[in-house]
Parts: sequence; C-alpha cells; structure tokens
Amino acid sequence: MLLEIKNLHASIGEKEILKGLNLSVKEGEIHAIMGPNGSGKSTLSAVLSGNPAFTVTEGTVRFKGMDLLSMPPEDRSREGLFLSFQYPVEIPGVSMVNFMRTAVNEHRKYRNQEAMNASDFLKLMREKKALVELDNTLTSRSVNEGFSGGEKKRNEIFQMAMLDPILSILDETDSGLDIDALRIVAQGVNKIQTPQKSCIVITHYQRLLDYIVPDKVHVLFDGRIVKSGDFQLAKDLEKQGYDWVKQELKD
Amino acid sequence: MGKETTYINLFRNYREVLRQYSAPLMDAKREAAIGLFEKNGFPGPGDEAYRQCQLNGLLEIDYGMNLYRMSAPAHPSKVFRCEVPSLSTKLFFVVNDVYYPDPKPQKLPQGVLLGSINSILRDHAELMAAYYDRLAGQSTDAFAALNTAMAQDGFLLFVPAGVEIEQPLQLIQLFHGEIEQMANRRNLVILEDGASVKLMICDHSMTRNRCLSNQVTEVFVGEKARLEYYELEMTHPYNTRISNTFIDQHDSSSVFVNGITLNNGVTRNNLTLRMLGKHAESQLSGFCLLDQKQFADYHVSVEHVVPDCSSRQLYKYILDDESRGVFAGKVLVHPNAQKTSAYQSNANLCNSTGARMNALPQLEIYADDVKCSHGSATGQIDESALFYMRSRGLSEQESRMMLKFAFVADIIEGIQLIPLRNRIHNLVGKRFRKQMSACAGCDIC
Repeated sequence: MLLEIKNLHASIGEKEILKGLNLSVKEGEIHAIMGPNGSGKSTLSAVLSGNPAFTVTEGTVRFKGMDLLSMPPEDRSREGLFLSFQYPVEIPGVSMVNFMRTAVNEHRKYRNQEAMNASDFLKLMREKKALVELDNTLTSRSVNEGFSGGEKKRNEIFQMAMLDPILSILDETDSGLDIDALRIVAQGVNKIQTPQKSCIVITHYQRLLDYIVPDKVHVLFDGRIVKSGDFQLAKDLEKQGYDWVKQELKD
Repeated sequence: MGKETTYINLFRNYREVLRQYSAPLMDAKREAAIGLFEKNGFPGPGDEAYRQCQLNGLLEIDYGMNLYRMSAPAHPSKVFRCEVPSLSTKLFFVVNDVYYPDPKPQKLPQGVLLGSINSILRDHAELMAAYYDRLAGQSTDAFAALNTAMAQDGFLLFVPAGVEIEQPLQLIQLFHGEIEQMANRRNLVILEDGASVKLMICDHSMTRNRCLSNQVTEVFVGEKARLEYYELEMTHPYNTRISNTFIDQHDSSSVFVNGITLNNGVTRNNLTLRMLGKHAESQLSGFCLLDQKQFADYHVSVEHVVPDCSSRQLYKYILDDESRGVFAGKVLVHPNAQKTSAYQSNANLCNSTGARMNALPQLEIYADDVKCSHGSATGQIDESALFYMRSRGLSEQESRMMLKFAFVADIIEGIQLIPLRNRIHNLVGKRFRKQMSACAGCDIC
C-alpha cells in the first residue's frame, strides 16, 4: 500500500474539519475525491502535504510504510509526495529557474546524488516545459508572479514533472481553467503518469476525470469519505449532484 | 559634558599639532566647528534625530587618534584584498584616517585630481576653497562638527567640467592596528558641470579592536553631471560607523546612491541630499542585513529646493536575532518647488521576536502642485510562500534564505554597475549562509 489513511481527524484553529477519514491508495492507482464545498477536500491535501496551519488531532497516515505525519513538508516532497496547489503562491524575487534548480538538487541530495549540472538541468527544464506547453519566458520570471490562472496551474504540473513524484495530489487543478488549458494540463498529467505512480485528483467536476480516468471515486462529505465507487459514481454525481448522497446518508 | 570635555581638551592640547599637519583650508574651519560641538555636545536622549540611536557607551571609550600622522607599516594593497575584485576598479586606500598614495600612480584624464584630501587642499587651495566644508559647515550635527574640528586626512576626487571617468573608482576605508581607534575620515567629491563618475566606498576592518569611524563626505554634482555612488559596509560587531554624507546637485544632474550594510556593529548613516537645480533626478537606495545585536540607523533627507526635480528612495532592512534597525526618511518640498515628483519606500522584515525596527517616514510639503508619496511596512516572512517552497522539497532554512534574498532583490537589481551587482549578489548569499568569514581580506568579519 502506497498511502494508508486511518481515522484522520484534523482541525484549523478550533474548528474540526476532517472527522475520521479513511483512504487507501495502492501503487499505480488513480483516485478521485469529490464532494461539495466545505467538505474537507482541500484540508485533506493540506494535511497530507504538511501545511502547518492545520493540526492533526487523531489518526495515522502511512506513506511508503513511513509515518507521514511526523515528517516535515520538505521530506514528504523528497520522498515523492507532490501537491498541486489549488491557489499557487506568488513569490516575487525568487526566479522559477532558481526555485526549481534548488528543489531538484535538494531532492538529489536527499537521495545522495550529486547536484545536477547547469546544462543537464536546463535540458530537463526544456523537456518538462514542453509537456505542459509552458511558455519559455515564464520560467525566467519570479515564481507565479503575474501568471494568469491557467499559467499557474500549468506551472504546478510542470513542477510535478520536474520533481517526478510517486504520489501526486491535484487539488482542484481544473478550477479556473478553460477547456483548452484543461486538456493541456490533463494530458501533461497523463504523460507523467506511469504504472507505478499514484494520483489523488480532488475535483468538483467530472470534466477533468474525462481526461484523467480514475480507478476509484470517493465522495467526501463532512470530513469523512461517505461513498466510494468506480468512474460511474463520478458520472452519477455530475448528473444528479450531491443531494442524493446526502439523502442516502440520512436514511 | 563629560564625554565632550575629553574631545575638547584633546583639541585644545593638540591644536598646534593639528595645524602643523594639516592644510590651511582644513585648519581654518576647526575653531568654528569645535565651538559648535562645545555648544551642542553629543546628541542626548532629548535629541529627536538621535532618539533611537544611543551611542553613549561607545563615545566613552578612550580611542587613540593618529594626530602625528604615523603611517601603517605595510601598504594596504599588500595586506588587504577586497571582495569586489572583479570590478577592475581603480583602487585607493584610506587606512584608519591616512590616505595611502598609490605606489604606481594610475593614469587619469587631464585635470582630474584624486588623492589625499590634505595634500590636494594644500596644493589647490584656491580651487578648493569654494568646496571644503561648504555643506558640512551648514549642518548642526555634532559628529560632523567634531569631524571638521579634528579631521586630518581622507579622500578627495575632483573631476573637471565635461570629463567622464569610465572605469569605476573604488576607495577602501580600513581599520588596522593594535589599539582602539577613532578615525575622523574626511572625503570630498566634486563633479563639475557635465562630469561623470562611478565611485564606490567600502568600509572594512582588519582589527578586532573597537574602532569608531566618524566620517564626513561632501559631494558636489554640477549641471548635467552624473554620479553613481556606492557605499558598502562589511565590518564586524566591534565597529562603530557614524557617517554624514552631504550631496548638492544642480540642473539636470543625475545622482544614484546605493548604500549597503552587510556586516557591522553600530552604524549611523546620515544622508542629506539637496536638489538645487531644475530637472535634476536622484535615486537613493540601500539595505541593511542585521543579526545578533547589530544596529543600523539610516537618516535620509531629500530636499527639493527648486521646481521640476524627481527623487526616489527605496530602503529595506532584514533583521534577525536581537538586532535593531532605524529608518528615518524625510522629503522636504520647498514652497516654490512645483512639479516635484518624490517617492519614498521603506520595507522591513523582522524575523525574530527579539528584533526591532523603527521606521519614521516623513513628508513635508510646502508646494501645491507636486506628486509625492511614501510608504513603509514592517512584517514577517510570508508563511504561505514558505510552505509552498518546503512542499517542493526545499528545507525551511533554504526557503527562508531565498525569501530574504528575494526581499532585497529589487535593490540589488537596481545596482547599475553589473560586476558590482553580481558581487553583491554573492556576498548577500554568503551573508545569509553565515559564510562571511570567507572575506579574503579580513579574517575576522
């Protein structure tokens, strides 16, 4: 099992958001997590990536057999976990090139590999930029500064390609994208995906799942996964909304 | 008047020595200056301009002064290498307060005077009478007055009308020696109409002893003249620097000032710029990187005396540990200085609960058709940016360092001398990685 979440409870401030969440992801699987606003989808991605704004009050998460929750965010990344942010952060004054070179080399250092030389690094950048059709000029600018919504999301997938994670979490990567950008981003994700790699796709809509076809679909509601199924579940949700799930829960 | 008496007595007791070793022009200004110093004394707690900058303990130290003008045993270029060598500058030295003549004089354009202020004031008294102490002499600052009373040497640069010096000039001001010393360094820079020069002054120390540099620099920028003026302090926690810089600029001239405090003990920099001619423009910028118990206080004053001038100020501080920073920036627009454009910005990053920043931005406007703005902000590192970086595998320490770097990046990018910009870039990186001891020249930074 690549990722095993058991009875996860997490809060921000005094407010409990995740209330006993269970989820298991095997190597090579793509899971979609859907759910209405405020159900805890982004909290789940924040907790998994180690955002210090959230506190885990109960439960365990094992990633590659390790206790994920005791690891600092940087080690989670170096072990192969990647979060594509719903709202990528602008960092004026830090160039994309410098940011990525530092990130790639910190990953290499962690694996006792030598730092990548400049020409190999630039070659790698070129290759990965092409995957998401990222404009050449963007990587010479400050991280996300002045990027359009679509560019920011492409930049997330570009970073994902650069860091080559074993488990990617796409937090509403489709939000704010037009149809063409959605296709480019999704195709980028598919090109990165290999049979060993896993992916958790958090989304409101089915449309992203038309490109990135999930093995399993889960409905997150009120801090818990209340329903799981296959791709058909996503289609049903798209057609009928979440009310029937809520109704089922009441019954 | 305890501390002051020491200096006043020193002045009186060595009056003849001062006369004997210095140019008549310098000597002629001493009595008035010591009179002002005696009247005002060092700034006390009630002195608004020095309210945040209490130097008491540092003024009580029994500093030695090189009144008899002894020279250091080795030429500084033999023992000191500045970290900014790739600049291919013309290099000059002031050790303590002694100007060192270049062993092999460098070729400079016709009419340029460069060297010991004491010698040049002696040899060109007629030309220099119009400049020496004209700006400092109008100041009421006690440290400037003490400098005028005691100064015996320093650096002078005179660039005649229309002459452009391509190659950057670099002056290294050093402390060196076995005792605690005070150096009253005196610099004078004159750009006649249409002259152009790039000057960089670096402060270093090669001694662990407590030293106090009390410096006055007067700068005259003539019509259509262009000055790029850089100051870089790379000393250590035992160093105190008090600097008064006065710049007057005339019609259509352009002045670019960049001041960086990379490593220091206690620093007070007063920068006073007056725009006396129409269509002049100035850009003043700088940053201070402070940690441990370091202290830096910049007082910048820009005076728009005539219409149609523009000035920009950009100053930043990064404070760690228990360091303290003060920034007081003032823009004064005179009643007839219409169409003034003045902008002032100050931003500060306080990275620890022990660090403290005082910011005092001020605008004083007496004209009604002007465009003036100012802003000042003090805050912490952006936690969301920090997390974003860590989530990509960067360590917290590395991320913080990059964010600090980013904070001052715009000022570094604004440095017009490209080799210097690259050098500063490296030095700032070293500073944040606490590798400053790698400073090749001084083993104690």
